[in-house]
Amino acid sequence: MRYSSLHPHGDAGLSIFMKIRLNGEDYEIPGELTLEELLESLSINPGRVAVEVNLQVIKRSQFGTFRIKEGDIVEIVNFVGGGQDGER
Amino acid sequence: MENDKLVIRGIEFKSRLWVGTGKYKDFKQTKEAIEASGTDVVTVAVRRVNIFDRNSENLLDYIDPKKYKILPNTAGCYTVEEALRYARLAREAGISDMVKLEVIGDERTLFPDVCGLIKATEILAKEGFIVFPYTNDDPVTAKRLEDAGAAAVMPLGAPIGSGLGIRNPYNIKIILETVKVPVIVDAGVGTASDATIAMELGCDAVLINTGIACAKDPVKMASAMKHAVIAGRLAYLAGRIPKKLYASASSPLEGMLI
Repeated sequence: MRYSSLHPHGDAGLSIFMKIRLNGEDYEIPGELTLEELLESLSINPGRVAVEVNLQVIKRSQFGTFRIKEGDIVEIVNFVGGGQDGER
Repeated sequence: MENDKLVIRGIEFKSRLWVGTGKYKDFKQTKEAIEASGTDVVTVAVRRVNIFDRNSENLLDYIDPKKYKILPNTAGCYTVEEALRYARLAREAGISDMVKLEVIGDERTLFPDVCGLIKATEILAKEGFIVFPYTNDDPVTAKRLEDAGAAAVMPLGAPIGSGLGIRNPYNIKIILETVKVPVIVDAGVGTASDATIAMELGCDAVLINTGIACAKDPVKMASAMKHAVIAGRLAYLAGRIPKKLYASASSPLEGMLI
């Protein structure tokens, strides 16, 4: 189990941690973050990624309002080198 | 060549050589090879962000999307559902509706699953995607893909990464006569002459990854491919002479000493 470094006020004890599945790994976040907040906390440039929550692609324009909930399966993808085929 | 631009669904492509970005030693080499190739369209794959190593570099730090058209692929997808999922993510991650659609049917040959490919093409075209399906060198499939809404067809010259060249030029020729959409040879090009053959047949473009990336000197090979594609295109436009069994003198007989 990995833990996020997100402690809004530096006090984990007061936060309600929430479990999600992020890119195939269990992950804990402090409460229902928006996607924008999640990406920011991970230092991910939202302009270069696509996000899927429970198999639904979330539009970039909704990152600021879309909230992640307990048990959500989140996938964050970006472009990598590739031509034909590629490894699975 | 200035007026000989490739235009697909209103998008103008300056280069008829398209280049993949996989299998290079590092991003620096990728960038150098792409620059040497003179291309303006590069293919990329869609993969998970490395969440726990945010210091790792990003391909787009090296390949400026303002300078190059980014063509995401659905490489590694073996079902229609997977391919649709990757295509939809790619559209959201990128800046265009273009997708190089791959639905692979067999791991050993990486030949396409044409039934799945046609189905996925139809669905994505209806969703407004500009679909470039990677297909067999089969004219009937090419026609089905065109009917399904493909913006171009991308028949293989030979299996992906095989470097076997254009194994069935006659089929490629028949595909060119069968479909109205552009034909782009995808996969199999191993060296410069392979690319030239594809272009001499009348193909609209060639997509190369392994042939450049895995050459001993990828940057030099990228330059070779650039010239090969231009040469092949010029030869096609110029119109080759018919093949004849016997000689035909090219110097005049008049004025000879006897």
